[in-house]
Amino acid sequence: MKIPLSWIREYVTIPAKLTAEQVAQAFVKVGFEVESIDQQGQDLKGPLVVGKVLTIEELSGHQKAIRFVGVDVGEKKIRYVICGARNFKVNDLVVVALPGAVLPGEFKISARQTYDKLSDGMICSAKEIGISDEHAGIIVLPEGKVGEDAVALLDVKDVIFDISVNPDRGYAMSVRGLARELAASLQLKYKDPADSKLGKKFGKDKNPKAISVKIEDKSGADLIYIRTLDQVNVKKSTPLWMQRRIEKCGMRSISLAVDITNYVMLELGQPLHAFDAQYIMGGLRVVRAGKFTKLTTLDKVDRKLEPDHLLIADAKTPLALAGTMGGLTSEVSASTTKIALEAAHFDPMSVARNSRAHNLSSEASRRIERNTDPALAEIASARATQLLIDLADAKYVGTSTAGSPIKNRKIKISLTKISRYLGYSYSLKQAKNAFELIGCKVAGGADLLTVEVPTWRADLVNFADFAEEIARINGYDQIPATLPVGKAGAGLTAMQYRKRSVAISLANQGFTEVINYPFVSQEMVDLLGFTGDRAKSFKIANPMSEEFPLLRTHLLPGLLTTAVRNIGRGSKDLAIFEIGTVFRNTTQLGKAVTPGVDKRPSEKMINDIYAGVPNQMLFVGAVVTGEKILSNWQGAGSRFSWSDAIAQAQEIIESTGNEYEVLSSELAPWHPGRCAEIRVNGKPVAHAGELHPRVIGALNLPERSCAFAVILSELPTAGISKAPAIWSYPAVVQDVALVVDAKTTAAALTAALKKGAGALLESIELFDRYDQVASNKVSLAFTLTFRASDRTLTSDEVARYRDEAVAQASKEVGAVLRGNA
Amino acid sequence: MSLDQNKIAEDLALALRAIESAGDLEALKQVKIDHVGDKSALAKANQSLASVDLSLRAQFGKLVGAARAQVNEVFEQKSAQLLALRDAQVLLTEKVDVTLPGRRTLKGGLHPLTILTNEINDLFIGLGYKVAEGPELEAEWLNFDALNIPADHPARTMQDTFFIEPLDAKLVLRTHTSPVQIRTMLNEKPPIYVICPGKTYRADELDATHTPVFHQVEGLVIDENITMGDLKGTLDFFAKSIFGDQVKTRLRPSFFPFTEPSAEVDVFFNGRWIEWGGCGMVNLKVLDACGVDSKKYSGFAFGMGLERTLMVKHGITDMHDIVEGDVRFSQSFGVGKR
Repeated sequence: MKIPLSWIREYVTIPAKLTAEQVAQAFVKVGFEVESIDQQGQDLKGPLVVGKVLTIEELSGHQKAIRFVGVDVGEKKIRYVICGARNFKVNDLVVVALPGAVLPGEFKISARQTYDKLSDGMICSAKEIGISDEHAGIIVLPEGKVGEDAVALLDVKDVIFDISVNPDRGYAMSVRGLARELAASLQLKYKDPADSKLGKKFGKDKNPKAISVKIEDKSGADLIYIRTLDQVNVKKSTPLWMQRRIEKCGMRSISLAVDITNYVMLELGQPLHAFDAQYIMGGLRVVRAGKFTKLTTLDKVDRKLEPDHLLIADAKTPLALAGTMGGLTSEVSASTTKIALEAAHFDPMSVARNSRAHNLSSEASRRIERNTDPALAEIASARATQLLIDLADAKYVGTSTAGSPIKNRKIKISLTKISRYLGYSYSLKQAKNAFELIGCKVAGGADLLTVEVPTWRADLVNFADFAEEIARINGYDQIPATLPVGKAGAGLTAMQYRKRSVAISLANQGFTEVINYPFVSQEMVDLLGFTGDRAKSFKIANPMSEEFPLLRTHLLPGLLTTAVRNIGRGSKDLAIFEIGTVFRNTTQLGKAVTPGVDKRPSEKMINDIYAGVPNQMLFVGAVVTGEKILSNWQGAGSRFSWSDAIAQAQEIIESTGNEYEVLSSELAPWHPGRCAEIRVNGKPVAHAGELHPRVIGALNLPERSCAFAVILSELPTAGISKAPAIWSYPAVVQDVALVVDAKTTAAALTAALKKGAGALLESIELFDRYDQVASNKVSLAFTLTFRASDRTLTSDEVARYRDEAVAQASKEVGAVLRGNA
Repeated sequence: MSLDQNKIAEDLALALRAIESAGDLEALKQVKIDHVGDKSALAKANQSLASVDLSLRAQFGKLVGAARAQVNEVFEQKSAQLLALRDAQVLLTEKVDVTLPGRRTLKGGLHPLTILTNEINDLFIGLGYKVAEGPELEAEWLNFDALNIPADHPARTMQDTFFIEPLDAKLVLRTHTSPVQIRTMLNEKPPIYVICPGKTYRADELDATHTPVFHQVEGLVIDENITMGDLKGTLDFFAKSIFGDQVKTRLRPSFFPFTEPSAEVDVFFNGRWIEWGGCGMVNLKVLDACGVDSKKYSGFAFGMGLERTLMVKHGITDMHDIVEGDVRFSQSFGVGKR
């Protein structure tokens, strides 16, 4: 909330030498963040005086209507000024800046010739003198003497702090609360503006003319005061000092009766509502909406009520959304004479629900949600009653109350326990001082303190709550820093290590990591031709954009979008990857389990909660396009191809210690003839290859762009591996070229050769592929490397193994030695 | 038999002269055959030593040996000299412009968020913490209820949290990594020392400082006699490890439903205080909800935005750079510490 220093000073004697910045720091120290400091009037220099409008001459023939105004500013002769505003009339009191004045923004006022007239000063708007953003018209003063200093009259020079109040500190959304906090922070004396004697002044008179009240829903409020006043003169204007304070707190002056309720709310923190009593049938009631279905609120919005909304109603109709906003019918208007003034201690949750349900956050609801001081219902209503009597000539009629008396809470606190919790031994004096500064009464000594908690601190319940108070009032900086060290056995899990090493390996091989939003459009899902589990997306109920309501089932939508963005920015050779979670809506979602939180749920409940969360797989995916090895002065480089994508996926799987098989696949969005499916233990764990030309075309990607995706979380973690035997006898090499049917895969031929070559085959490499041998035939040439553990192999022996390999290949896939074909 | 002393001196002189006059490696090769190798006069003299009278053998042996040693030494010198000469001439003709760029593959790099996460994980592993992870699509109960964020809390509205259909399944995109803390407390017995990095979601529009998808790292410690001083010390260590030894930290009182006392932690970096994250002692209500014996154990927790940490650390002024996936951005970070 916004709060002027001048108002705080009424309750705390702040040393004059403290700068605004130091005051702000004092707030911050005890946990109140200062969003801004507005030093009003700092860059304003007079003379700024009250003037009375004597004459108005309308000047026509200009682009906009202009007035030439004669004002009496207490000088011998009338001063004439040009003015563009129209919200004033003869005899109005206005603020006139005389030549020599300097307004905020280095705006120097001087006599000047304009619109063919001499303008000898300026009539000011609130914005021009820097007291608000109001610029619709000039200031028309409700009071003031001609020639009087307007800077003093308007109390312009002030420091206004905008303070963010945490949700557990409702009491601090008031001058009362913030002044107390500031006094505590600076260890200064504080005078409480809430005067309990005033509360008693207007007793609970059983005047039949007073509006009665009942709390029918006890969960909605535990205390309410209704004070009835008659003969209220609502037409009187709000005194300037009150107007100015309301404005400094960021609210607007509306009318005297409403201003008084707002003023008291700002001063004490208790929201008040004034009903026009002539519209109340019977008495007032605190009720749930129940059968009431409609209420038009002050802002002229028709509200649809749900049965659990909390209301103030009379015998027949709802009159207000309790603690949130009044209803239109009983609004205080120019014809109001009798007022029922409501002050209640509402249930914060009920009001929060009202506010949420109607998307209506008001000054009142913001305070009540954070909990108000129950003692204030009596005091604040009395304070407003007094102000209505003093300022609006009202006559007090009587008071009705309902609810239960306020109980004093006493809590026993162990200082030793608190000190042990915070890591600093607080002295008894420090503890007592802190508690007293926040309004507690403290008894006892040594270790066990009996603390009487003030009515406005419902948040103080257990020792941790009191620990916070001691720590913050004495300063968090007092607590010494210590560094605890955890347990042996810390380290990355196998999956965490895998995730990291795959990422680093890809990055070192020229891939750049990207992190995409997992939000996907249906259009993209359709374009990529996702079917099966990949078409089962979760839908976000409230997406950022209606265009992207789905959660990704695969990494490719994001990777392709990012690839397109990079290419658009000129990165034509590209290898990007992402490691991330995908979400597939493949299990039946039931109604959620939501146990209470006062104790640990049963193991069954916990397992049910876990079971209600769908499994989320971890993928690594990549898109590659353009050159893998870059062209340079030495000549052309080499471009990424389907085989690079497949090889990269294989390499990732190998790096996890898993064996795999590669199969031909036709999975969208890959090219149906250029897609590999890789399986581990018979289960597909990766797809890789060239993207479908249709996808490439639609996204305007370079031709032959490729991609792979590997499900990292589906790859088993390998156990302890056995070291290979490294044989030192020489290897003997045999090359063999075979002709096979074009449909025969390299993998099938390799497998056959391996099987036939026997145990001494160390490795087999495909070193040439030639597809021009005959129609539908290809030639594949391999290098077979043999090695024995105990001897140098002879060429005869190796030739025999080679022949056996060829024979096996011939048997399995009909391979024929090239030259014999 | 005897040997001619003069003949030896003559052969030596002859050999030395021949070596001296060899102009290139080719000529030296012939000199080697004639004067150094097995067929040279001195070699032959050496071979004939066996037939010299025993009384003279030692004397002659010494003489021949000295002569051969001298020839060998001079030959090696000459050989080295001619090789150097040859090398100098040839290599000069092969001189290239070594500033010409070599063949390069594409430049790669990790996303700086990954680098930062790795760095944080490593430093907390060094302190005896485990790295705990959990699902991004999470149960509302774990994301809110168990953290003392009741049903009507403002954070639970559609303006802040992404909800998943159907709503009665009560699944949200987690708004912080705190549900991982809850899972850890439900699954493990204290002492607990975990660091929880991960992706989190809030319904904020993307702008220079906000993004609906962001990353957090949270820490949780539950042990006997854990104090707020321990929290301070841990955060100080954390800040110095990330921003450098010169940084200072301070705690400011604040509010979070899941901690009490609560604080904001600020870092003094590059001459100003920067709000870094939130922290506090784990609220007793949260311990109760997880079945942790709050009479025996206490704990602290903290959480930071990784994007914010990255922006402060590297002077990044626009969130778009972090989320858009422009390869030029990530490539500039390589794979981390170098």
